[in-house]
Amino acid sequence: MSLVVAQGGFFRDRSSEQGSCVQNNGFCPGWIRDNLDRYVGQPLVEHLELVLVSVTVGFAIAFGLALLARRRRWLYTPISQVTGVLYTIPSLAAFFLLLPFTGRGFLTAVIALTAYTLVILFRNITTGLANVPVDAVDAGKGMGLTDRQLLWRVELPLAVPEIMAGLRIATTTTVGLATLAFFAGAGGLGETIYADLRFKSNVVMAGLVAVLIAVVLDALLLLIQRLATPWARAGAR
Amino acid sequence: MSPTLHPALLGQFGDAIQFIFQERESTTGGAQIGGSQIWGLLLDHIWLSGVALVIACLISIPLGLVLGHTGRFGFLAINLSNVGRAVPTLALVAFFVAFLGVGVLNVTVALTLLAIPPILTNTYVGVQQVDREVVDAAEGQGLTGAQVLRGVELPLALPLIIDGVRISTVNIIATAALAPLAGASSLGDPIVSYGVYGDTGRLAGSIMVALLAIAADLGIGALGRAVTPRGLRLAPNS
Repeated sequence: MSLVVAQGGFFRDRSSEQGSCVQNNGFCPGWIRDNLDRYVGQPLVEHLELVLVSVTVGFAIAFGLALLARRRRWLYTPISQVTGVLYTIPSLAAFFLLLPFTGRGFLTAVIALTAYTLVILFRNITTGLANVPVDAVDAGKGMGLTDRQLLWRVELPLAVPEIMAGLRIATTTTVGLATLAFFAGAGGLGETIYADLRFKSNVVMAGLVAVLIAVVLDALLLLIQRLATPWARAGAR
Repeated sequence: MSPTLHPALLGQFGDAIQFIFQERESTTGGAQIGGSQIWGLLLDHIWLSGVALVIACLISIPLGLVLGHTGRFGFLAINLSNVGRAVPTLALVAFFVAFLGVGVLNVTVALTLLAIPPILTNTYVGVQQVDREVVDAAEGQGLTGAQVLRGVELPLALPLIIDGVRISTVNIIATAALAPLAGASSLGDPIVSYGVYGDTGRLAGSIMVALLAIAADLGIGALGRAVTPRGLRLAPNS
């Protein structure tokens, strides 16, 4: 038996709104224009902060773990499994499991979202490094490159497509999950959605802005990848 | 982040575990929560997730098999899961509440929609990546298209299909925790209804959702390994 009553309209000014569109719960361009700052204001900024910080920290950790697994191969399986379990825990549950340790707020949300990116980034970085052609590595060795030079000048540049693919998946996933961050008290667009789940204009606008963030960040990462791998374009022609 | 095992911390988790096994009166009074009540929510959660998963499989596996076999609409089949990922689950649930109203049926449809892309994409890719020569050999032996699909492509694609099912199952279980927002009962009740359940109930609900997701992930993962044709099994680490 459910003890939960579905959310009603929480935007206080909705009932007092004069326009019949808002009162009839329609899709109201006029209301949206007047209330645009509910979407592209603070919630958008909070949402972007959550995504950028989580993905950046996640990338730094996954990158370190991937370099570790490159040196000590036996570490691959345990790291992959542990990050896999972290990925499996629903982020909503993760927020509340962390609450007793880190309290409500940005930190709790970022820890859970970061944990979520690890498995995607780790597996893509290690796959990228593993798929570097042996010939390229041999040529580098033949030129007298040290192990470190080999990594930074040969292996990592050739792994860029896989690494960027992982980064793109991790980013779009995090944009979606960040809509739950308000449960941890970290705001974001989810808070706007939750504020009035039944108001069509609200749900469509907040959802649209979240999808747009994902699409724009994805396009930016694709652009960075193109710029970082000029040889890929030369080869395609 | 080293969690210092402060007694108060242990106490919170201890209380939550006790909540799972012992009924008590709700914070608001008048209702019994915890114990058998939360196990009932677990059953609701599994039932809701299971129905959505089965419907999603019935739609996306046959569709993915046919699309993969014919090689048609590949762009769509592959990119569907990318598009799906960009739509926040909360937005999906809210969209259903705002436009179609609350209720178990609407939640099930939302969860099904959420589950289709990973299964469809994995089925399509699974069939497409079957070695062309194997398919040619089967056709050379006189097998019809349907026989090739059932006897050759399906078994070889099965590990990837099951992996898609695993991804979707975890997604469904996570999102079913939002079901109470749309008027369907699940383990999300104690999570979103803080006023009734308090900190302890919310933590207990979170623990159970997390364990359910991990159990489903491990279970379907084991199933995937069991159905992998012997010739396709790779050594660990590869």
